[in-house]
Amino acid sequence: MAEPQRARPKPTPETQHFWDGTKAGELRLQRCDACAHVFFPPRPFCPSCASRKVSVFKASGKGFLYSYVINHRPAAPGFTPPYAIAVVELAEGPRMMSNMIDCPQTPEALELDMKLEVAFEALDDKITLPVFRPAKG
Amino acid sequence: MRSNQVAVVGAAETTELGVIPNVSQLQLHADAALNAIADAGLKLSDIDGFATAVETPQQVCHYLGIRPTWVDGTSVGGCSFMLHVRHAAAAIEAGLCKTVLITHAESGKSMIGKAPRSIPADSLQGQFEAPFGVYGPPSMFPIPVLRFMKTYGITHEQLASVAVVQREWAAKNPRAMMKDPITVADVLNSRMIAYPFRLLQCCLVTDGGGALILTSADRAKDFPRKPVYIMGTGESVETPMVSQMETFNSSRAFKTAGPLAFKEAGIAHKDVDHLMIYDAFAHLPLFGLGDLGFMPHEETGKFIADGNTRPGAKLPLNTNGGGLSYMHSGMYGMYALQESVRQMRGIAPAQVPNAKISVCHGVGGMFAASGTIVFTNER
Repeated sequence: MAEPQRARPKPTPETQHFWDGTKAGELRLQRCDACAHVFFPPRPFCPSCASRKVSVFKASGKGFLYSYVINHRPAAPGFTPPYAIAVVELAEGPRMMSNMIDCPQTPEALELDMKLEVAFEALDDKITLPVFRPAKG
Repeated sequence: MRSNQVAVVGAAETTELGVIPNVSQLQLHADAALNAIADAGLKLSDIDGFATAVETPQQVCHYLGIRPTWVDGTSVGGCSFMLHVRHAAAAIEAGLCKTVLITHAESGKSMIGKAPRSIPADSLQGQFEAPFGVYGPPSMFPIPVLRFMKTYGITHEQLASVAVVQREWAAKNPRAMMKDPITVADVLNSRMIAYPFRLLQCCLVTDGGGALILTSADRAKDFPRKPVYIMGTGESVETPMVSQMETFNSSRAFKTAGPLAFKEAGIAHKDVDHLMIYDAFAHLPLFGLGDLGFMPHEETGKFIADGNTRPGAKLPLNTNGGGLSYMHSGMYGMYALQESVRQMRGIAPAQVPNAKISVCHGVGGMFAASGTIVFTNER
């Protein structure tokens, strides 16, 4: 029997630009043209002022570690415990869930507020996930 | 909503709690409902309003043979039943129905007649949380806690003390699942589940259910049990994605629902004799004490670690033992409500002497929703 696979996102029309972006090596966010609010997850209107005039832009990919758990059990299919589930606060404001790479999955190595930068991990030829590593320098 | 116009006149849990492999989830609803009906001295045909969560109202009403003129299927997680109480009180006051039955049941451990929870891959959770390895509440609910600890200077030992104190209460409750005393060291040496939380800081997984019956306060005096009045209520939702909470330093849903209920009841924190804060995991009582305004968040860890919520202390909290030690079928809110009603009736196994006001605060999902009920036994 095949190994159970990691949960794969299935894009919708409203989120397709985000997943097109990660595949192209870009972290894409949205900004409201009316009030300049930057938001995530994707939607074709501003959750702050309700304007439908919003633009997609390439985010800096920089942020910091806002919080995390190191999951031991039960492990999600496709994951080898222990592994960190992180919430990253992006420089542009929104937060997103992600995983940490190039870093031991330990409380000692994972310091809150440490600076992070985005990296991209292809799940298959359709989906690439945004993940984060400690920022260099 | 006006205070004390509606009362709980029937309240019961399922005949058994814990591991019940020989009863389906739907039958657990019926078992709880029949126990509550008997407690209230009513017949099923007296019920004209009905509310439940997860199962649909039509499913449970048909099974029980109830013909309601008002239903509520609000299903926002474990605090759904707090919201049902609030909605039922409003419906009774508005004249939409006279006698409301609220049921909860869950075959959370044995999974008999219970659909497994699933996250669609094209939902926002399925796209932006599930791919990163969240897998059920233990991997999700604790995600805010390290930020909360850093912001407020809360220690691992203080978070462990939540489980220790609640075990003290559970020891006084014959129906509690876990009754043996534990120490902070026991908690900190228990098996790691999702750092920083260990096994004894995570709720139990059990089977069971409960039901409540509400009617107008004017009618309530004719029932066999001492009426427990609905003094104040509040509710809110925030987000189904824990990663998208406005802040990890508090819960917006808690901060909305709690103060609404206090304001409606017209009470101050010093008036609270008994408190239930839904404890799916050990950090929830700390969030609750802060967000409901009992004290600044900075003081919550020390407050519990210093013993202020234990038996005999000034703020009795989670007096059944809570989700950590009493039972937790997956949606614990009904059991918190049952304990508040027992305390207000004066029949709780770990009864708080002369308790007159009980606050019962619930969470749904991972800080996704919240409901707060203030009960009193004086009108």
